[in-house]
Amino acid sequence: MTEQLVITGVSKRFGGIVANESISLSVPQGSITGMIGPNGSGKTTLFNSIVGHHPVDGGSITFEGREITRLRVPQIARLGMIRTFQQTRIFGKMTCMQNMAISDADHGYGLAALLKPISGETRDRSEALLDFCGLHSKRHLLAGDLSFGQQKLLEFAMALMIRPRMLLLDEPTAGINPTLINGLIERLIRVNQDLGITLFVIEHNMRVIMNLAENIHCLAYGKLLASGTPDDIRNDERVIDAYLGGH
Amino acid sequence: MLDNLQLFVDAPFLLIQVLLDGILFGAIFAIAAYGMALVWGVMNVINIVQGEFVMLGGFITFQLTLWGIHPLFGIPVAAAVLFVIGIGLYYGVIRRVVDKDMFISLLATFGLSILLQQLMNQIWGGDVRTAQSGLGTWFLFDYTVTIGQIKVVACAGALILGLILILFLKKSRLGQAIRATAQNPRAARVLGINTDKVFAATYGINAALCGAAGALVVMAYSVHPYIGLPYTVRSFMIVIVAGLGNLPGVILAGLGLGAAENFAAFILGAQFQVAFVFCLLVVILVVRNTLLRHKRKYLK
Amino acid sequence: MNGRGQIILGIVIVAAALAAPLVFPAFRAQIAMLWIMVLFALTWDILGGQTGYNTFGNIIFFGTGMYAAAVFQRDGGFDYFPGLFIGMGLGAVISVVLAAVLGSMILRMRGHYFAIATLGLGIAAGEIASGWNFIGAGSGMSPPLFPGAPGVSYIFFGYLFFGLALITFLILAWVYRTRFGLALNAIRDNEDKAEAMGLKTDTYKIAAWMLAALFLGLCGGAAGNMLGFIDPRDTAFAGATFGVWMVLMAILGGKGTLWGPVLGAFVFHVTQEILWTHLLGWQRVALGLIIVGIVVFFPQGILGWARTRWPERFGHRVETP
Repeated sequence: MTEQLVITGVSKRFGGIVANESISLSVPQGSITGMIGPNGSGKTTLFNSIVGHHPVDGGSITFEGREITRLRVPQIARLGMIRTFQQTRIFGKMTCMQNMAISDADHGYGLAALLKPISGETRDRSEALLDFCGLHSKRHLLAGDLSFGQQKLLEFAMALMIRPRMLLLDEPTAGINPTLINGLIERLIRVNQDLGITLFVIEHNMRVIMNLAENIHCLAYGKLLASGTPDDIRNDERVIDAYLGGH
Repeated sequence: MLDNLQLFVDAPFLLIQVLLDGILFGAIFAIAAYGMALVWGVMNVINIVQGEFVMLGGFITFQLTLWGIHPLFGIPVAAAVLFVIGIGLYYGVIRRVVDKDMFISLLATFGLSILLQQLMNQIWGGDVRTAQSGLGTWFLFDYTVTIGQIKVVACAGALILGLILILFLKKSRLGQAIRATAQNPRAARVLGINTDKVFAATYGINAALCGAAGALVVMAYSVHPYIGLPYTVRSFMIVIVAGLGNLPGVILAGLGLGAAENFAAFILGAQFQVAFVFCLLVVILVVRNTLLRHKRKYLK
Repeated sequence: MNGRGQIILGIVIVAAALAAPLVFPAFRAQIAMLWIMVLFALTWDILGGQTGYNTFGNIIFFGTGMYAAAVFQRDGGFDYFPGLFIGMGLGAVISVVLAAVLGSMILRMRGHYFAIATLGLGIAAGEIASGWNFIGAGSGMSPPLFPGAPGVSYIFFGYLFFGLALITFLILAWVYRTRFGLALNAIRDNEDKAEAMGLKTDTYKIAAWMLAALFLGLCGGAAGNMLGFIDPRDTAFAGATFGVWMVLMAILGGKGTLWGPVLGAFVFHVTQEILWTHLLGWQRVALGLIIVGIVVFFPQGILGWARTRWPERFGHRVETP
């Protein structure tokens, strides 16, 4: 299996606080890779560094063999790496269908391309993906009127609309009704298997991540603590210590 | 334009004259700006009606002189009247937009500014008004530089008002409540501070401050129903340059703006003074934005 | 409102608009002004409503068009109609270029900073015009007299502005259906997200403003001729009247909708014409009150209110399979 995302010695400081300290890890092509760690261990910071939200203080990041350390969010998005947020970000005063239509990146984002009417193909794909996320019947509602969990699903569907090759999901199950979580896990697995999209997932819910991911990285205090299969992680003394606060 | 520049070379004392006039004028900008910063910082409202408050203070003082009262009494009277008007406007209008989108409050105060302009125009007419203070003029450097004494009084008055406000915010209980609300309205509410009252008081104090400034303006300079907006824009520029809650910065920026404006008016011609103010506003906003963008720039 | 309803409504409005100057000869001037108001509200809403960038400064494009046409008519040496139409075109071109230049400077600012910058630009334009001798400075300019019988000019300009408003409306109706329209809405709802997705937000905002400038420039060029006199602060760069009315009409009708600005312009203009004569000098006091009233008590506008009241009628319904 080739490594799609390779992070080498990435560090990030905010003022005097070290959020990430020379973290090296990789995400194999086509895998579901998890990232866990106690609150404040630097997971979201690492995501932000990867997608180009802020500059990093050291180290390098490559995506599909391409150096992306200095690229910014939009450029990285166009390369096919998309992230979703803990707090959803959708376009609240637009309908779900419109949210999907604007996420379609097939024709590019040049002015001329945008001035063409929305194609039937875009519409079909939007409907199919909304259906996949269980939002088909709500496709004409304003996105802002959906529940929080539905908004998260919509954001997920929008990310799929861009045809990403890798999705970075920041706590996909946080704030979602527990009865919906199984459905979400199922969808994540199908996206990975059917569409071949690599998933890199931050998750607090241990049950979810242990069932979902093939390999897991654990951060603590801004450092990479352990990497391995769910079983390795489950039995790793250092991970248990970090979670039980025995430091 | 170049002729005007040449004048500075021929008569260097003119430089001092223009600079001095500008600085004396600027002190009044500073005081209106400090009020704007207060409202902005505490309530998150950009108060476009600021300049009309100043004009209204001026007209009230002018009205007193019509009744034979010395305009210096206009300072407390205008402040008191404007305080009441400010509180009234808060409960009637501002209160309903304070937690809305910032553009809504911007537009609401813009509407108030048109309303006050037109009311002043109806009451006092569209003439330029001044109030005679009866003070004389100082002559310096062999009569080459003249200073209206009232301008010095106005400048000193503005600085004293600023000091009073600072002491009030630091020492009084209400002042402390205002500062607490500015830092974190929600926490202030949890601690039992009635933020609605704090907002009303803040808005009233700002209006009073503008009213007092207006009394100084009408004595040292002049008022007119339609020249409030330049005062608003000057306040806004000063706040942007100096930042919220930085009194020394506000005073310095105010004096600097006064001087810059006076030089521009002298060099470009007085008919372009207002245009200069508004163009400077745009330039300052563009520069500020460019600097902020630069800060955010990815890896150098 | 569904597609067919809109088309029927459109046909009714077009028919009424074509008949109006002939049926109500006494109101020709007011009818022509109505279409200017519709143009104001429609063009303001492109950036203000659809994109969420509220401006106080669109009046500069109106004034620029007005002055550009008048100067061309004065110095161009053409007959009235060729002079007028070339002048309008010139005004539109200059306005569009101005929008591109100013837009690339100030449209990178967010929210209220942009609003205040446009306020500054609008007033600066009026002040500069009233100090600039080439365009008559404070005493203004008089465009050439309309050739033909008195009263005919209002018929001509009435139909001209109606045509302009109709074209603007149709173009916007089409633009708002494209992904460009959606991109503008996306900027309004969450610009950071739109940018992160790869949308070129700055380009779209500038293009949107240029579109508004195009129609306002054309409108201004003709408006100067219809009014017969250009005053720098009271007709061309009339920030305190036209400039504010644009915002107000769009908000009143429902900003961010296609029909809202049209509706707002109708309601505002008719109310104003009915009330104005009874107010004897207090009109502008009333205007201030109206602004405050609408902003404070009715910020969502007529269509915005209707949309929350009857969401199904606007297509926001849950489909049951």
